[in-house]
Amino acid sequence: MTDNHSQLFTAIEPYVPMGRSGLLPALHAAQKIYHWISEETATEISKTLRVPLADIHGVIEFYSLFYNEPIGKRVIRVCTDVACALKNGDEVLGHLCSHHGLKAGQTTPDLSLTIEPSPCLGLCEHAPVALVNDEAETNINLEKDTYELGRPLSWVYGSIRLLTANCGNGTASLEKYGEYTALKKALGMKPEDIVAEIKASGLVGRGGAAFPTGIKWEGAAKADGSPKYVICNADESEPGTFKDRILLIDDPHRTIEGMCIAAYAIGATKGYIYIRAEYPYILPVLETALNEARGAGYLGKDFDIEIRVGAGAYICGEETALFESIEGKRGFPRVKPPFPTTHGVFGKPTVINNVETLCNVPLIIAQGSVEYRKIGTEKSPGPKLFCVSGDVTKPGLYEVPFGVTLRELLDMAGDVANEKKLQSVLFGGAAGAFATSQHLDVKMTFEDLRAAGLPLGSGVVMVFDETRDMRDVLKRLGHFFAHESCGKCYPCQMGTQRQMEILDRIAEGKVLEGDLIRLQDVGWTMTDASLCGLGQTAAGAVLSAMKLWPELFSLESDGLPSK
Amino acid sequence: MADKINLIVDGNEIQAEQGKTLLEVAREYGKDVPTICYHDATTANALCRICVVEVEGQRVLQPACIVKAAENMKVQTRSEKVIRSRKTILEMLDSTMDLSEAAEIQVMMKDYEADPNRFPDAERREVPVKDDNPMYIRDYSKCLLCWRCVQVCADDAQYTFAINFEGRGYETQIGTFFDKAIPETTCVLCGQCVGVCPTGALKPKREFLLEQGMSPNEISVLNTGRKRRKEKPT
Repeated sequence: MTDNHSQLFTAIEPYVPMGRSGLLPALHAAQKIYHWISEETATEISKTLRVPLADIHGVIEFYSLFYNEPIGKRVIRVCTDVACALKNGDEVLGHLCSHHGLKAGQTTPDLSLTIEPSPCLGLCEHAPVALVNDEAETNINLEKDTYELGRPLSWVYGSIRLLTANCGNGTASLEKYGEYTALKKALGMKPEDIVAEIKASGLVGRGGAAFPTGIKWEGAAKADGSPKYVICNADESEPGTFKDRILLIDDPHRTIEGMCIAAYAIGATKGYIYIRAEYPYILPVLETALNEARGAGYLGKDFDIEIRVGAGAYICGEETALFESIEGKRGFPRVKPPFPTTHGVFGKPTVINNVETLCNVPLIIAQGSVEYRKIGTEKSPGPKLFCVSGDVTKPGLYEVPFGVTLRELLDMAGDVANEKKLQSVLFGGAAGAFATSQHLDVKMTFEDLRAAGLPLGSGVVMVFDETRDMRDVLKRLGHFFAHESCGKCYPCQMGTQRQMEILDRIAEGKVLEGDLIRLQDVGWTMTDASLCGLGQTAAGAVLSAMKLWPELFSLESDGLPSK
Repeated sequence: MADKINLIVDGNEIQAEQGKTLLEVAREYGKDVPTICYHDATTANALCRICVVEVEGQRVLQPACIVKAAENMKVQTRSEKVIRSRKTILEMLDSTMDLSEAAEIQVMMKDYEADPNRFPDAERREVPVKDDNPMYIRDYSKCLLCWRCVQVCADDAQYTFAINFEGRGYETQIGTFFDKAIPETTCVLCGQCVGVCPTGALKPKREFLLEQGMSPNEISVLNTGRKRRKEKPT
């Protein structure tokens, strides 16, 4: 026991000076030793970091990947979300469970193995997939009994290769990436000129919200308060999204250079890369890259970056929930305003950008905003990454200029697989909306998609062929949001549950009178009245499906949706 | 005298003091904006969203309890969208928890014509009563997660940090460290959580026992018995 305690103390000692903010790293460190957090371990962490016991319990309970009961030394997490379900993810889970004599979510009595279902693991182009401890198990084929285990491959295609110039061939070392020439150029400019250049480029956030990056930077640069922070949001968890995984594992220096430029522009001294725990295989790559950048003098003097790992909570991709998580709390989103630019992490001015957004920054600074704007359209300048998955011949990451049509993108991806017809495309992720063949000629720009009622979101293009049961797809989306709602505000806390219950029933073919309006009222209440973006978009796909296919939700006696 | 600002609420031009919330302004002018989680003594977190109002130019409804009145703001306290949200939230609450002792919410249900059977197949939050200390009982089937108890136990009042949250989303519940009984936590039995609970989920033990049909005499014996047991050395 004493040995155990000293082992625990050694593991959490580095986080002691951080206090409460060290809680998630300390819990991860403890879990690495014991595989779970016992009452005794939690008590030790409470004493060491001086965090109340009840609060520690609250944090462990919030995050799916912290366990307060013993789990196996080996944990297999099988993705059962939409993209994997199309490729028999449920069967993979069932097969593994029966092979090991376990039910989903169970652990063997000798604590050697746990098997559990998982929300989207961000490996959608390799579906069906699982995460086996820290390794990705991809392209699982039950019939042939084949799979790939280890670092996932990067399948990168498209008509241009700017953001993905170094992607698809393993990790680009600093030597291969070359000097941070854009940063060197930036350091010769005035910070306000960098902000002006980013504003002039028309760059908007690529994480889903599409907020103008330059305006964010300007706000934080002008805000009073220090220190200031730059955060890279790598909590990529939107079902169907895997672009940031590929950008970070194949070309980490592009993101780091983008963060360095942002830090200089706003006067930040500290940076965080907040990465989801479902990407454990990226961590060593990032550590190495950060050390290379320190060795070359880009980091460590005026600005340095710390990696923070999430613990299984989609909501932590919401910027203010992410701050709470860094601060060692449950990932509850905050009420806005105040906005992160003035009151971000630790209440200080903060710029938080998505990985892909940051990857655009070196490109803009190196060639100037005028040259950058020659890519894409006038209102949606620049290159864009699309995560293509589902029933296409060539799933993968596609880099194209803004303005290609959905038809052109699907052509590049070899069209619908197995010569089947297109039924629909889920656009923008679980928080997105469905498109059909009537949308094939819509140009993929912010303005054209908005006009067509489709969100670009995080760049998800998930394809469903004519044979797919859309009720099953909707049921899975319902389960995803019910699992991921943080529970803070009532519309989302109860709405995601009610939505899931109704979609479950409808998927079984049991439609009740009034379901269409019932589901619509829940959906619009979440959309209109929820506190954060999760709740406000949790019904988006369902509401779009109700417009496209009202017959799925109604008895003949029901009317059609009024809104 | 604080600066006055002008705004339009439900079509009426009104004046309000700078810094007041929309809820304060609306109530000052006799507008009925309902609240559930809001309490004068605790930090407003805008959880229940029953106080949402429609503010022109805003994409989504705004919680009146925290949004400050601003110059030229155009506010509707009972638009179609507002009514749909309030009604649906009330219907979802009623299909989730036991509202039998939440009189104010029952009035709101009537006011918004909320249908108690709107969600016939809803899984309700039902948990056994926790009766583990001499001072109060915890009946979380009646808990609507207003957070007030957690807040007064922490930095809104007592700095005791005995309770926090379990689970997440719909599964959220108020709980102690590893579900310990109250006497094994840092709880000092100050009673503040019981005082701010709006639904009878936290209730004085005596009141609970009276409701169970015990006489004051029986309760008094029970309490002395308990005290004696506690005094025995272990």
